Amino acid sequence: MSVWIGLVLVAASYQLNAQVSSDRLLHAADEPQNWLTYSGSYMSQRYSALRQLDASNVKNLELKWIVQNQVFGPWESSPLVVDGTMYLTERPNDVMAIDAKTGRLFWLYRYTNSGRQTVCCGAENRGVAILGDTLFMGTLDAHLVAIDAKNGKLLWNKQVADDKLAYSITVSPLVVKDKVIIGVGGAEYGIRGFVAAYDAKSGREVWRFYTIPGTGEPGIETWSGDAHEHGGGSIWVTGSYDPALNLTYWGVGNPGPDYNPDQRKGDNLYTDSVVALDADTGKLKWHYQFTPNDAYDYDSVQVPVLADLMWKGTLTKAMLFANRNGNFYVLDREHGRFLSGTPFVKVNWMNSFDEGGKPIQTPQPPGTTIYPGNQGGTNWYSPSFSPRTGLFYVSAWENYGSVYRKESTPYQPGRRFNGGGFQVAMPNPDAPPMRRNPINDWTDAVGRGAVIAIDPRTGQSKWKFQMYDVTDGGILTTAGDLLFTGNREGYFHALDARTGAVLWKASLGGAIMSAPVTYSVDGKQYVTVNAGNAFFTFGLRE
Amino acid sequence: MHGTRPVLWAAVLFTLAARLAAQNPAPQPSGQYDGAQIAAGAILYGGQCVACHGPNGDQIANVDLRRGQFPTVVSDADLVRLLAAGKPASGMPPFAVLRSDEVTALIAYIRSGFDAMGAAVKIGDPARGEALFSGKGGCAACHRVNGKGPYAATDLSEIGLTRKPASLQRALLDPTGSIIPGNRSVRATTRDGRTIRGRRLNEDAYTIQLIDEQARLVSLMKTDLRSLDLIPTSSMPSYETTLTADERADVIAYLLSLKGR
Repeated sequence: MSVWIGLVLVAASYQLNAQVSSDRLLHAADEPQNWLTYSGSYMSQRYSALRQLDASNVKNLELKWIVQNQVFGPWESSPLVVDGTMYLTERPNDVMAIDAKTGRLFWLYRYTNSGRQTVCCGAENRGVAILGDTLFMGTLDAHLVAIDAKNGKLLWNKQVADDKLAYSITVSPLVVKDKVIIGVGGAEYGIRGFVAAYDAKSGREVWRFYTIPGTGEPGIETWSGDAHEHGGGSIWVTGSYDPALNLTYWGVGNPGPDYNPDQRKGDNLYTDSVVALDADTGKLKWHYQFTPNDAYDYDSVQVPVLADLMWKGTLTKAMLFANRNGNFYVLDREHGRFLSGTPFVKVNWMNSFDEGGKPIQTPQPPGTTIYPGNQGGTNWYSPSFSPRTGLFYVSAWENYGSVYRKESTPYQPGRRFNGGGFQVAMPNPDAPPMRRNPINDWTDAVGRGAVIAIDPRTGQSKWKFQMYDVTDGGILTTAGDLLFTGNREGYFHALDARTGAVLWKASLGGAIMSAPVTYSVDGKQYVTVNAGNAFFTFGLRE
Repeated sequence: MHGTRPVLWAAVLFTLAARLAAQNPAPQPSGQYDGAQIAAGAILYGGQCVACHGPNGDQIANVDLRRGQFPTVVSDADLVRLLAAGKPASGMPPFAVLRSDEVTALIAYIRSGFDAMGAAVKIGDPARGEALFSGKGGCAACHRVNGKGPYAATDLSEIGLTRKPASLQRALLDPTGSIIPGNRSVRATTRDGRTIRGRRLNEDAYTIQLIDEQARLVSLMKTDLRSLDLIPTSSMPSYETTLTADERADVIAYLLSLKGR
């Protein structure tokens, strides 16, 4: 008898320490105790089937542990949790393996960047991916590294692009089958963006899809002159994957130069688009462009959320996409057809769509305010979709506009390539610039943060949770019908996913810049989020 | 960059000369410089000053003409004296050759922040301004300066560091139209019927912090409030009629001299 118990225990502990196979990644949503990909599953819904926490007990959450970061600066990373171990990155490219129950570190890996890396918007890293016992991380100096998940030792290091030309990587990779898929940043510096897949074992590049077509390739006709050579099109937020279609979906960033469309006449494919690529070959299956010939920096790097919906009486493989340009889109993810587009914030750069779903742009006179403004109606903040409520949740900036100016900018290797600039539309010429925690006595005058719950079938808002300050926090929903999010004010809120009512909140004293994650260890559910310079993990009071 | 300067200046001068020739001088608002004076000042600056002070007015250490930063000068009268006498010890010659209208034009250009299309603000005498601040203007009845005075309105001890003359002038003429969002007053009514009026210090989704009319620091939970309203008007009166243009210029000079301790 005891031998049998022993064998069962061995089997159980083996299961607990099993490698993360590609099959486990495929069915990540079926093991909600873990968080195996950037957005929690290939559908990228940032939804967990865990239901221990719900409206009845969420008020009993208490702080379990904090990890303080060692390197100062906003923290945009989203952790993975694998069988009780959390893998978390901090800027610029450190990886921590943390006991998810206590917050104690098993190991710390430090990557040394080249020292000449150039990034527009902070030394960010948004997290690692895992396959087998290997973690994968993109680096600020545009390398992809493989790290042993057991001891934090480097396994291989592969240059993805040239950091002297201001290529960088901040995105968390996506592992599909035996490949690690990653993209590059640098559209503010005139790069030519791409998504590329690397063999997880060797680091060999298997395929590469350029987000800006080259000479002779389809789409080159959407660029004037040689503008495509420095067309931008960064990839800086993780994409999604549909195994049945074998398509991987990636949102593509802004064209370069950002603010001067006259320098790049045409639609500028595939900037500000979502692209559907064959996961084995990288071949483009379809694309949809949200903002042709963008003048407003409307990167489309939002997470493409996949959901199967009843659409006009037919079960449809849909993609839900709340775009920086202020519209919420439903696309058919099999063929790329435009199904609907509805503004979720004030929008005046366009006013309607043609039959094919192309926006009819309404350029405003120079010097007037464009809505949404430069940071967008939303941005890279993870949205969420709950299959239980059928609602899509997005962190939005309401009533926020910018005044843009364009100017001619020549391309110089590795230098800023902006083509102008912008100012937040101010109610008064003497108003101070946009401010964050801890003092905020006015941002309501230039925009407010909100969580908006959208019914994808209508595009209309079902409920709205308004904040005072704007928000950069992502959103997590759970099978307990809870919605977790944070904002610049430093509050970590639990809302009722059905109604938007506040059920619980904690003041964490620093801006929340990434999306929460939930997991469980030993049958106990935890929820974790960053705020300021620390990661905070909550569980039920015992 | 150096090579482009003469071309740039030629373009500026041409534009300004064309503007001068084309426009009928608008009636001059009392106590103010007008567009023609600023434009004339730009031309004079290009001829007399640019070689030492540079196109942006910041080529001499500790001097930034465009931003109004000087080691000694405060008022326009100080500038007149400086131009007449020069500052030989620092290498600045006297500009006695300039006619008084040319001196006025140069000051207009400097006070416009080198904005040849903008407006310049006359800056008077800070000592007279201080007297007006606590006397006829009644400013000290609400504003606190260097540890003295009430807390009802914003503390002005460092206002000279953060505001430009044009902004101060706007605030004196149209306080409601120029109030910055951070200086708005709020009126909160609690569920038990109390009304609290004060200046908002901080706010978030759930709470608001203010200093009330009795100078108490108050923090309120929004769930305890029946209503919370921003007061759209400033409680400060306009000084368009109660002070003369010269008196406003004096008050502005005083405010610009307030640079903290």
